[in-house]
Amino acid sequence: MMRNNAASISSSLLDWARAPWPFARIFGHVVIALWIWGAIALVDNLIQSYDPDYMARYSPKYFWGFVTTLKLVVISVSIGAVLSIPVAFGRMSRNRIFAGFSYCYVYFFRGTPLLAQIFLVYYGFGQFRPELQDMGLWWLFRDAWYCALLTFSLNTAAYQAEILRGAVQSVPRGQPEAAQALGLHKAVIFFRIVLPQALIVALRPYGNEIILMVKGSAIVSIVTVFDLMGETKRAFSQTYDFQMYIYAALFYLVVVELMRRLWDVFEDRLTHHLKRIPDPE
Amino acid sequence: MENALLLLSYGPEGWGDEIVAGIQITVSLALATLPFGLLLGFLLALAINSKEKSLQISAKIFTTIFRGLPELLTLFIVYFSAPGLIRSVVHLFSPETHVEISSFVAGMIALCLVFSSYASEVFLSAFKGIDQGQYEGANALGLSRFHTMRLVIFPQLFKLALPGLSNLWLILLKETSLVSVIGLADIMRQVGIAAKVAKEPFLFYGTACLIYLVLTIISSRGLGWLETWSRRGEIR
Repeated sequence: MMRNNAASISSSLLDWARAPWPFARIFGHVVIALWIWGAIALVDNLIQSYDPDYMARYSPKYFWGFVTTLKLVVISVSIGAVLSIPVAFGRMSRNRIFAGFSYCYVYFFRGTPLLAQIFLVYYGFGQFRPELQDMGLWWLFRDAWYCALLTFSLNTAAYQAEILRGAVQSVPRGQPEAAQALGLHKAVIFFRIVLPQALIVALRPYGNEIILMVKGSAIVSIVTVFDLMGETKRAFSQTYDFQMYIYAALFYLVVVELMRRLWDVFEDRLTHHLKRIPDPE
Repeated sequence: MENALLLLSYGPEGWGDEIVAGIQITVSLALATLPFGLLLGFLLALAINSKEKSLQISAKIFTTIFRGLPELLTLFIVYFSAPGLIRSVVHLFSPETHVEISSFVAGMIALCLVFSSYASEVFLSAFKGIDQGQYEGANALGLSRFHTMRLVIFPQLFKLALPGLSNLWLILLKETSLVSVIGLADIMRQVGIAAKVAKEPFLFYGTACLIYLVLTIISSRGLGWLETWSRRGEIR
């Protein structure tokens, strides 16, 4: 049995080598070799520069930084989801003032970089300290963490409003019309007829938005919030060891990839009824 | 109000000239990244679409990495590791050459890596929108593979990919703001210096937001025009 296996492996290797080697195949194999070499060099580098002291000192910090990142994303995406509902309705509203206001809101937050927004909130509002203290809002603008939360919530609310609007408008008009003909109440039509169909359309964009938020959250490290990126930068400035960035990169890659896979599963489950079963031939 | 105008004016008292220099850096960085990002993205899409397994896998590794990393982290990694990498490659051929990489080039490389992995996605879905019959027709006319691509596929691909690419351009324009943290004097950095010196952070960061907004509006106007132009052959 063993010999058989070995023989089949060696014969498939021979097939692999004997197959024609056009340019694309050579190039592809060279690139794969480069990737493998890069991965080995990276792992080797991590093992060579492995230092139990650093590990003991920095791994809890990385962990808490990671928790901070997740907290930031979860809280701001939830607040953003709530805020996005009135904004999305504003965008669809026939009321000129309401529609104009939500249009400007969405345009501002989607048209400017998140970094500029967070600087505007954190440094810009600091200028109005006496007024904010009078209003009792100073605690919000004093703390970098709250500023980050506020900016991220407002930012993602604008993006989510557009996702929601697109999804609601993608539901065929016949659906609410038919519900109206049946004499259903407006709220019932929206929550039981339109929204479930809209959310399936919105599922993929929502997943992308959360991934974008996970990645975007790295910039809060610039305004002194110690999230995963902040801890990484601090560790790097103390050790000048490049592997600090590699570990952070691995963390982010794993999280984003897991999210993507999870979302594929979600989508598969939720759109099961929409899939066409292929005809047995 | 007058004070604000004075601060934003040109000349020794105002910060207008510094901010305009920052706008130039931001715009030129985005414009310099665009062609490389488009080319690399197109090649990645071709690799993922090719029949060769090894090409597919290597392109997918690339896009997975650069779509998964935060742009800021990519920027730091490129900024700290690219000089060493490029130096060691150059030294293979000519050990005497002195290599130094400016933060502009580092920013360009990082943005290009991110842009191309998203652009490959756009190109891939555009490729899916092209009917198989187009390739077969071109084949029947005896066009070479290169000519099929250039004369038949690419004009249609451009039209299909344009909305996605416009979106990526707007994202790129906003992402250039990150290079301020590696010391490039773009809008954000100039405005930050001005805000610190003049002690008017709200005014200056607000101005920065407005400048980005104007850049976005100009680009989306231009891209909208490009899109109508690309659809000029369609029946309205």
